[in-house]
Amino acid sequence: MEKFTVHKGLALPLDRSNVDTDAIIPKQYLKSVKRTGFGPALFDDWRYLTPGEPGMNFSNRHINNDFVLNKPRYKGATVLLARDNFGCGSSREHAVWALAEYGFRAVIAPSFADIFYNNSFKNGFLPIALSSDIVEKLFQATEAKEGYEITVDLENQQVKTPDGEAYDFELDSFRKHCLLNGLDDIGLTLQHAEDIKAFEAKRSAEAPWLFR
Amino acid sequence: MAGKTLYDKVFDAHVVRSDEGDENGNGTCLLYIDRHLVHEVTSPQAFEGLELAGRAPWRISSMVAVPDHNVPTTGLEKGIEDPVSKIQVETLGANCERLGITEFGLGDVRQGIVHVMGPEQGAILPGMTVVCGDSHTSTHGAFGALAHGIGTSEVEHVMATQCLIQKKMKNMRVTVDGKVGAGVTAKDIVLAIIGEIGTAGGTGCAIEFAGEAIRDLSIEGRMTVCNMAIEGGARAGMIAVDDKTIEYVKGRPYAPTDEEWEAAVAEWQTLHSDEDAEFDIEVVIPATDIQPQVTWGTSPEMVVPVAGVTPDPVAESDAVKSGAISAALAYMGLEANTPITEITVDKVFIGSCTNSRIEDLRAAAEAVKDGKVADNVKLAMVVPGSGLVKQQAEAEGLDKIFTAAGFEWREPGCSMCLAMNADRLEPGERCASTSNRNFEGRQGQGGRTHLVSPAMAAAAAIHGHFVDVRAV
Repeated sequence: MEKFTVHKGLALPLDRSNVDTDAIIPKQYLKSVKRTGFGPALFDDWRYLTPGEPGMNFSNRHINNDFVLNKPRYKGATVLLARDNFGCGSSREHAVWALAEYGFRAVIAPSFADIFYNNSFKNGFLPIALSSDIVEKLFQATEAKEGYEITVDLENQQVKTPDGEAYDFELDSFRKHCLLNGLDDIGLTLQHAEDIKAFEAKRSAEAPWLFR
Repeated sequence: MAGKTLYDKVFDAHVVRSDEGDENGNGTCLLYIDRHLVHEVTSPQAFEGLELAGRAPWRISSMVAVPDHNVPTTGLEKGIEDPVSKIQVETLGANCERLGITEFGLGDVRQGIVHVMGPEQGAILPGMTVVCGDSHTSTHGAFGALAHGIGTSEVEHVMATQCLIQKKMKNMRVTVDGKVGAGVTAKDIVLAIIGEIGTAGGTGCAIEFAGEAIRDLSIEGRMTVCNMAIEGGARAGMIAVDDKTIEYVKGRPYAPTDEEWEAAVAEWQTLHSDEDAEFDIEVVIPATDIQPQVTWGTSPEMVVPVAGVTPDPVAESDAVKSGAISAALAYMGLEANTPITEITVDKVFIGSCTNSRIEDLRAAAEAVKDGKVADNVKLAMVVPGSGLVKQQAEAEGLDKIFTAAGFEWREPGCSMCLAMNADRLEPGERCASTSNRNFEGRQGQGGRTHLVSPAMAAAAAIHGHFVDVRAV
């Protein structure tokens, strides 16, 4: 997994609450057996005016110029701003893969859906929960000033703005450790293989019906 | 010390190790997983990851696989025509064969929606920890199991280690007090709950559904309620084990027998929250307040009783909420203050992991009675949850009731719940659907979804618009 330490990048304001994973990456792209190829289809229904299918030539599609992702001033954005309950709905990790492949490294919102939040950390992509008031300030600043860049400092758990503001965010220490070091958590868990075997031995004696 | 909740009991019984007390300790646990359900959409990258890392699955017998999302519901004899879907379904088959994982493939009568197949086979037992790369895994909490959806990286993690890295969630209890009126179903109960708590109401929580109205539900009804816990933001929904649970499990292929059965039942009977257990969040809803529900918008919390009207954004003082109402009405092609019963539908879908079990089909058939699908309804389809559900329905003659009325009787699968196969809405089409999500584009780009119970969907097909099933 890619390490995450400090990232500074252009912010992009997606002013909607309850952005669901169907909106982030529609179902037709989930037929893929690969982990890649989802970036061009990120927010597909909002981003294009014509329907999309996997494997098609995306450059021929009609762009929705009203959608924030297509505005020239936000080209190259890497920090997504969103509203409450971002990533709700389906468990599809393809949503995170699409965001990361497009180039986003972090998303800042007042709240996240649990499965999306969890999936993010497995892909070097950082979801940051800040209060609604702070998120509103960031939205206003981003919309007011072209080229507004936000810095995310994982080590110090801070979001910093060009105006010199710094906002602390909460983060689970284990997830932080994995992200800072780009650790593969399967490898970490397998260090406890003896514990897992011991648990299994005990449990299968008590409740053998669970091991049929 | 306070007693334990049902969630506490199942969680605690599965902790392999906890970081509590370590210098970096923060309560992160390794949670042992008893059952891993697998389908074709969220597993291929996990199987590939495992292989690339040279790792083998930890316990093959914990896994049961079935293709469901991509499978066609007509013309199965021709196989899967969509080449991309075909590869995905074949990839699951090849991975299962290579590793020796039990799979109920196309053509097997046990094939169906993973969350219908699992309980049907007895592969879900009370007190189990269950995962699947699918958010509706919450369904299995109906058995007093701790079941939740995971992403593909976690699918790979469970395959490789039989464990999930987990911190304990908060305990939330939703009590539906008293008895619901006639014609009010499990679907109406759970939609009303989501309307009350909101789509993020259960975020960070395991929700225990309790109260007389929940106890009164059949196991299939309880599955419908727990299925949509995720639409209330909770990864897991749970319901205490009672005699109905044990009776449902008895005799199923994966269920224990003889002496093991006796021991299992003794353990299962402890699977309820202690009297003095404390919950972080408590919500009480009077059952008598719950009417048949219809969603009007693009989030499951956008729901009203069938006698209601669509909301008016002008009447909403919160600017963000008002904007969301306006956007949803625009997407749905509806005006504010429209009576729900005046909304006409183009298509009707009866199916999905929420409502495709035999009792759902019986309720829908009952609402069809001797009616005919209304002329303005272009397509009304019934998609049984599994081959076994289909077989049972046909034995009871339900298929004849549906086809005589003008419904299409299809083969099992996820179908138009998420439209990964050919079953979908065209832009602007409006659907009465027994599925679980009314998100923009969920049933097809530009499609408009209204979530309802099976009886309400069937009645909408017959009348061409929403009606109160209790009045017809």
